[in-house]
Amino acid sequence: MSATLSNHQAIDLRESTIRELNAVLQSEDVTGSWLVSHPEGRHSIAVGLTAPIDIIIDGQAGYYAGGMNQHANLVIKGNAGPGVAENMMSGSVRIEGNASMAAGATAHGGLLVIEGDAGARCGISMKGVNIVVRGSVGHMSAFMAQSGNLVVCGDAGDALGDSLYEARIFVRGTVKSLGADCEEKDMSAEDLQILRGLLEEAGITEYSAEHFRCYGSARRLYNFHVDNAAAY
Amino acid sequence: MCGIVGLFLKNPALQPQLGALTAQMLKTMTERGPDSAGFAIYGGGAHGRTKMTLRGVTEALRPDFEKSVLSLSDSATFSYRDDHLVVSCPDDAVSAIRELVAGYGSDVRIVSSGDSIELYKGVGLPEDVAARFQLAEMSGTHAIGHTRMATESAVTTAGAHPFSTGPDQCLVHNGSLSNHNTLRRQLVRDGLSFETENDSEVAAGYLSWRLSRGERLDEALTASLSDLDGFYTFVVGTRDGFAVLRDPVACKPAVMAETDDYVAFASEYRAFAGLPGIESATVFEPEPQRVYHWEHAA
Repeated sequence: MSATLSNHQAIDLRESTIRELNAVLQSEDVTGSWLVSHPEGRHSIAVGLTAPIDIIIDGQAGYYAGGMNQHANLVIKGNAGPGVAENMMSGSVRIEGNASMAAGATAHGGLLVIEGDAGARCGISMKGVNIVVRGSVGHMSAFMAQSGNLVVCGDAGDALGDSLYEARIFVRGTVKSLGADCEEKDMSAEDLQILRGLLEEAGITEYSAEHFRCYGSARRLYNFHVDNAAAY
Repeated sequence: MCGIVGLFLKNPALQPQLGALTAQMLKTMTERGPDSAGFAIYGGGAHGRTKMTLRGVTEALRPDFEKSVLSLSDSATFSYRDDHLVVSCPDDAVSAIRELVAGYGSDVRIVSSGDSIELYKGVGLPEDVAARFQLAEMSGTHAIGHTRMATESAVTTAGAHPFSTGPDQCLVHNGSLSNHNTLRRQLVRDGLSFETENDSEVAAGYLSWRLSRGERLDEALTASLSDLDGFYTFVVGTRDGFAVLRDPVACKPAVMAETDDYVAFASEYRAFAGLPGIESATVFEPEPQRVYHWEHAA
């Protein structure tokens, strides 16, 4: 199954099943660098990993690639399907193409970099992850985002940051519309420092942090209103 | 769930492979819709002639049925694939044959009619349905297919997709409509009839109703954004091409791939994995509320 190719251990998904692949990558003694060939849009590639290994997926990934990732560093050479890096805890996932809907959904930590565009609901309910998108994001991105940072170098679709909690959103291009309770904030020195750090970490050098706008929660929804505290 | 696929060929050299490529795409979408499958395939039309796809002409009925059709039009031809029959006849014989079919009662139905459409569907795994109709051997200009996981109506052949409610038109749907009963009643008042309680058939009927009033396909689809309530990714086939529309929320997946040779649609990328030259295709997701439309020059 794992013929060695240069310094990478290789798994060909035309020969191995997803279960076999994930069993190898999830095993307790797994180390090193891995190359997954012929992904061909299959679902659940390299999910539930817990070891600090490096994985290259050489093509298009289907649903939930890199889901629940801890410590591993994943590179997807093509596009990723819905829910890429869903519920990631740590480590990193980099997509060289576009990501479909719900990229980084509910993710608690780590870094998700999308070199192309992300679809609808990017960073939905994010809980601490950092997401950097070189292109644009679709509608309802960062919906109910609780913590973490979403950086969009291109444009954002409708209803950005709807019902936002404490997450920060940085957008360089245009925002089609803001969602309920999302508003533009003054960029503080701390915001700027965070943004610079994220652009650098993501390897994005062509855009300057000064050209982004910062968005956050206006904290006017029911759950922020002190008069409603008596309900608990 | 449900899976939908579509393949529109730009390069005529691929036409003999249309059925085989579509069959492979359908099979890959089995996990999204394992209970029934269907497809519409366009091609082989001859000037002045109409193709009608019928269901329910059983072996026992065939001799009598063929004789009756031939008495109305001696140049009619018959092509059987499992329980489906395609009758090709001169355009001017269509209404007489429709009347004849009506005389057989509700067991025999015309499921599509037009210059080049043929429409097949049935209950079972997509791979088995495709094999039953020898889809892999068919050729044509474009095809649309569907794998069904039923939610809004029973698992029956009639409830499978595509639905054809107008000449050379068909629709496949992934999603569920919430105002289909109201809309069905309105359309019935306007003279349309429906075969099933299925929500997707209403969407097909709605579009046919708009087209019959002289609207273009893109206009009809744009209007559906305000009249249809629910979740949908639609692929609509016409004689010359196909169109794609997603509802504003766009929670039903859709991905497209375009090369110099074809435009392909699928619910998931993996349905494209066997298409020629897919490695270098432009792969993108259709935006919500935007009508995408590809057409062969008439």
